[in-house]
Amino acid sequence: MTVASDPPAHKNKRPRKLLKNWMAKLASLPMILTALVVFVGGTAWTVTYSFTGSRMLPKTNWVGFDQYERLWSSDRWMISIKNLGIYGICSLILTLVIGFTLAACLDRKIRFEGVFRSIFLYPFALSFVVTGLAWQWILNPDFGMQSVVRDWGWTTFNFDPLNNPDIVMFGLLIAGIWQGSGLIMCIMLAGLRGIDEDIWKATRVDGIGTVKTYVMVIIPMMRPVFVTALVLIAAGIIKLYDLVVAQTGGGPGLSSEVPAKYVIELMFRAQNLGQGFAASTMMLCSVVIILIPWAYLEFGGRKRG
Amino acid sequence: MADMTTNTSVDPRGPKPKRAFSRSNIFLYGTLIMVSMYYLLPLYVMIVTSLKGMPEIRMGNVFGPPMEITFEPWVKAWSEACTGINCDGLSRGFGNSVRILVPSVLLSIAIASVNGYALSNWKFKGSETFFTILIIGAFIPYQTMLYPIVIMLREIGLMGSIWGLVLVHTVFGMPILTLLFRNYFTSIPEELFKAARVDGAGFWQIYFQIMIPMALPIFVVAIILQVTGIWNDFLFGVIYTKPATYPMTVQLNNIVNSVQGVKEYNVNMAATLLTGLVPLVIYFASGKLFVRGIAAGAVKG
Repeated sequence: MTVASDPPAHKNKRPRKLLKNWMAKLASLPMILTALVVFVGGTAWTVTYSFTGSRMLPKTNWVGFDQYERLWSSDRWMISIKNLGIYGICSLILTLVIGFTLAACLDRKIRFEGVFRSIFLYPFALSFVVTGLAWQWILNPDFGMQSVVRDWGWTTFNFDPLNNPDIVMFGLLIAGIWQGSGLIMCIMLAGLRGIDEDIWKATRVDGIGTVKTYVMVIIPMMRPVFVTALVLIAAGIIKLYDLVVAQTGGGPGLSSEVPAKYVIELMFRAQNLGQGFAASTMMLCSVVIILIPWAYLEFGGRKRG
Repeated sequence: MADMTTNTSVDPRGPKPKRAFSRSNIFLYGTLIMVSMYYLLPLYVMIVTSLKGMPEIRMGNVFGPPMEITFEPWVKAWSEACTGINCDGLSRGFGNSVRILVPSVLLSIAIASVNGYALSNWKFKGSETFFTILIIGAFIPYQTMLYPIVIMLREIGLMGSIWGLVLVHTVFGMPILTLLFRNYFTSIPEELFKAARVDGAGFWQIYFQIMIPMALPIFVVAIILQVTGIWNDFLFGVIYTKPATYPMTVQLNNIVNSVQGVKEYNVNMAATLLTGLVPLVIYFASGKLFVRGIAAGAVKG
C-alpha cells in the first residue's frame, strides 16, 4: 500500500509524512485518546496515587508503601482475597468441566442440539444482578428450596448458604456457574467442531473408547481453546462484583466480600481513596500475573501459523 | 491403498447406524435433560413466583405452579415499587436505561467501525501500537480506571449525567468492537479498496459507500453485543449516575435489596424478570447471531 510519489523536494519531508493519511489519523483520534488517556493514563494515575495518603480527595502527600501495608493487614481485605481464591478455584474447575462435558454431549450428533444449546446459554444473556436476585430467592431458607425439600419429608434437610458464613461462597458459586458456563460450552463446542472427523475414525480403528479418546486425544488437541476459556474465566472471576452485591451484599457480616467490592466501597463509600487505589493496583497486578504467561503462550511461541 | 478400488462399493459409508434407545443414548439424553433442569429452574421459579399472590408464597412450595394467576405483582413492579422515597416503580429505571442504551450503542458502534476501518485499510505509523494498547486495556480491571474517569467526567461537567455514562460505555466497548470490525474489514478483499482509490474515492466515501454496505451482518452482531452488555451493566451505572438517572439494573437491586418494608417476593421476581426481559428477547430473537457475537468477543483476532 505504498503510494508511488517521490517527493521532489526533500525539505518538507517531515510535515508531509505527518499529514499523509491525515483523515485516517483524525478519525482514529477517539481510539488514540481512549488508549492513551483513559487506559494508560488512568491506570498510571491510579497506581501513582496509591502511594499517597488521599482520603476524600486525591492529594499528593506521599506515604510510600503505607497503603499497601495497611491493606494487607486489613481483615476485610484478607477475607476478600480468601473468598476470591475459593470462588476462583472452584469456578475455574467446575466451569471448565461442565462446559467441556456439555459441549462433548452436544457434539455426539444428538437431536434437538439447538434447543439444548439455547437452554445452556440463555443465562449468559442475563445480568449478574438478575442472576443474583433469582438465586437469592431460590436459596431463601424460609420459602425456597430448603423449605420445599423439608416439606417433601426430609425435615432435617439443611441448605442455607446465604445465611451461613462457612458456605456462602458456594451459594454464589451455584449462581455464577449457572450464568457463565454456557459461554464456555459454546467456545468448547466451536473447538470440538474444528477437530478433524478422521481423528474419530482413527481411534475407532484402534479400538479406543469414546471417553478415553476425549481425554487422551481431543483435549490435548484443544489446548488453545482451553487457554482462551481459562483466560476468559479468570478475567471474569477477578471482576466478580455485581453478583455479590445483588445476591448477598457481602454478608452475612463480611463473609462474602470480594476485592472488587472492597475497592469500590473504600473509594466511594468510606472515602478512603488511597486504600481503594492500593487495592485496585493489587487487582491489576493479579491480572498481569495471569496475562503474561498467556501472552507468552499465545504470541511468544509462534507455533501456530 | 490398493484395496480401496475393490472395496469402496462394499464398505458401508457414513457413521455406524445407531439404535435410537441404546444405553449410551439414554445416558446422554438423561444427563442433558437433568442439566437443562438446573438451567431452566431459576427462570421457571421467577415466572411462577411473579404470578402468585403473597399469601400463596407464604405457604411455601416455590416450585409449584400458581393456584391463582395474578398480574398485580407485574403492575406493582412496573409502576409502584419503591426505591427510597421514589415510588414510581421500575418504569423510571427502564426509561433511563433506554436513554442510556440508544446513544451508547450508536456512538460506540460508529466510533469502533471507523477505527476498525482505519486500522485495516488506512494503517499509519503507530496505528498497530494504539490498537495493541486498546486490546490490553480490555483486560485491565475497571477498578483501576474508575476514579480517574470520575475526575475526567467532572472536568467536562458530565459526572452524574446520562451522557457521562454514554461516554463511559463508548470507551469500554471500544476494544472488543474495534477488534470485531478490524477483523471483518481485513477479511474484505483489498482489491475492492484499491479499485475505489484508483477511482478517486476518499476515506469517508469508501467507508460509507463500500464498507458499511458490506459489513451489515457484523453491525448486527455488534448491536447485539452492545445492547445486552450495556443493558446488563451495573458497575458503571452505580458509580457514574445519580439516583434520578440510575439505570434499570441499579434500581432493581435497590428495590429488591431495600431493607425497609415487608418483602414482597412476587413483586421482586416480577421486577427481576422485567429487567431481564430485554436481553432475553434479544437472545431468543437473534439465535445464531448472538452466539456469533460472543464467539467474536471470545476469540482473539
